[in-house]
Amino acid sequence: MKQPPTLELDDVHVRYGEHAAIAHASFRVESGEIMALVGPSGCGKSSLLAGINRLTDTIPGCTTRGTITLDGSPLGQWPDAASLRRTVGMVFQQPNPFPLSIHDNLRFPLAEHGVPRRERDERAEQALRSVGLWEEVHNRLGRSALTLSGGQQQRLCMARALVLEPEVLLLDEPCSALDPMASAAVEELIDSLRGRYTILMVTHNLAQARRLADQVTVCWVDNDCGCVVETGGREQIFTRGRHPVTRAYCAGECG
Amino acid sequence: MADRWLHRLLWLSAMLAALVLGGIVVLLIGRTAPFIAQQGMELLARQWYPGDGEFGMAAMIAGSLAVAVLALVLAAPLAVALAAWLRYFAPGWLRRPALALFALMAGIPSVVYGLWGLLVLVPWINGWVPPGASWLAGSLVLALMILPLALLVTDAALAQVPPDWLHAGAALALSRVGMLRRVVLPHTAPAIASGVVLQFGRALGETMAVLMVCGNVVQWPGSVFEPVRTLTANIALEMSYAAGDHRIALFASGLLLMLVTMALLALSWRLGRRHHGTA
Repeated sequence: MKQPPTLELDDVHVRYGEHAAIAHASFRVESGEIMALVGPSGCGKSSLLAGINRLTDTIPGCTTRGTITLDGSPLGQWPDAASLRRTVGMVFQQPNPFPLSIHDNLRFPLAEHGVPRRERDERAEQALRSVGLWEEVHNRLGRSALTLSGGQQQRLCMARALVLEPEVLLLDEPCSALDPMASAAVEELIDSLRGRYTILMVTHNLAQARRLADQVTVCWVDNDCGCVVETGGREQIFTRGRHPVTRAYCAGECG
Repeated sequence: MADRWLHRLLWLSAMLAALVLGGIVVLLIGRTAPFIAQQGMELLARQWYPGDGEFGMAAMIAGSLAVAVLALVLAAPLAVALAAWLRYFAPGWLRRPALALFALMAGIPSVVYGLWGLLVLVPWINGWVPPGASWLAGSLVLALMILPLALLVTDAALAQVPPDWLHAGAALALSRVGMLRRVVLPHTAPAIASGVVLQFGRALGETMAVLMVCGNVVQWPGSVFEPVRTLTANIALEMSYAAGDHRIALFASGLLLMLVTMALLALSWRLGRRHHGTA
């Protein structure tokens, strides 16, 4: 399997009209590693994710500045957002499967991306196996995805992102809408993806960041604008944070 | 205290509306029951010669259905396509003024549409295939009349689509046409159908505009270029001089229209409920 790319952000800004959601964001996610993006609400973490796969293009008045590169090639120079989003998959906070059958949730994106019909079922099965859902749903693939539990829906959404064979995954608080059991299953799944995908995950859950992440980036709000405070290895951030905000946040004293 | 009075007032007006509706139905049935019993299936014959005691309504029932169905076939797909285009494809600045324009169109009196049909549409069709005043003219005018509300209903249905699905579609780089076809339209179809059925009821009941452009010849609708007479136009045209059984026959056609409209309303409710059941 191909080595997943390195994702690097250099001085990235995301603005909604006059308001800057996050400014001067710079960090690097190494190939196949999991980077957790932590920080209080409103510090622009989700906006930053949306800036990476250019979902910000779909929001009127939203602009991004700065350089984002995959293995050194700037995303701004990619021919179109479609090929970018195929390479950089995304999973949201709320499970959002389409109101189609479990099977069609995977086959519809494949069809849209021109995958021949005979390959679709096999790739759908692969994706369901890789998120550990195959055993649970293989005998009811024709049922509506909305009949699944919240945790199963979220794993189906992971499968839907994986079925397009991305190289980078953006996860926007993928466990925060789930109960503890379902959350644990999704966490285990994310852990199993380490090495195969370069993963950038927003989370509010510091314990989860500590369990999953190789690297951690701490964001903060300064003058009503989000910013990156510090990036470092998991243990360093949680035990020997250099910045006072990092130490206070990780000790649970603020945020 | 004020709440209780408001509650009573609302209850009273609701009861009043129900009473008026019930009164109309009772009046219509009471007036026409003996006549309907006496005529029986004769009412569904094709000959409408009220002077000779022949009250066959088949041609006008067919005329009403033909004009309304063709109007719906013309207007509904256009309304859905326009609403989807305005919401998902058109430049952002265009949506609000366009919707306002359609809301305005919905408020134009039907006689104005009829006048336009008479002065513009009928001569135009006449230049193509005479006589001009025809099934097609009626359907086009009706289509124009029901388009705005069908479009606004569709837009309201599209507004109910969870944005989460659209975000997922964008993040997966799915085309907007694909999202519309596989996700948005199937999900909103019951709500859209519910609105379209209501518009069909409106098309069946429309009188003035149809009367002005359809030519009003009592004949089975054969070609779209031939004149037809609808039940509504028939009532409007003949009520002023009808007497005796003729008058009762017109009441009977009114009762028929009313029952069909109520059935359509019930269908629309059912469709709307199904939408909420699965959402």
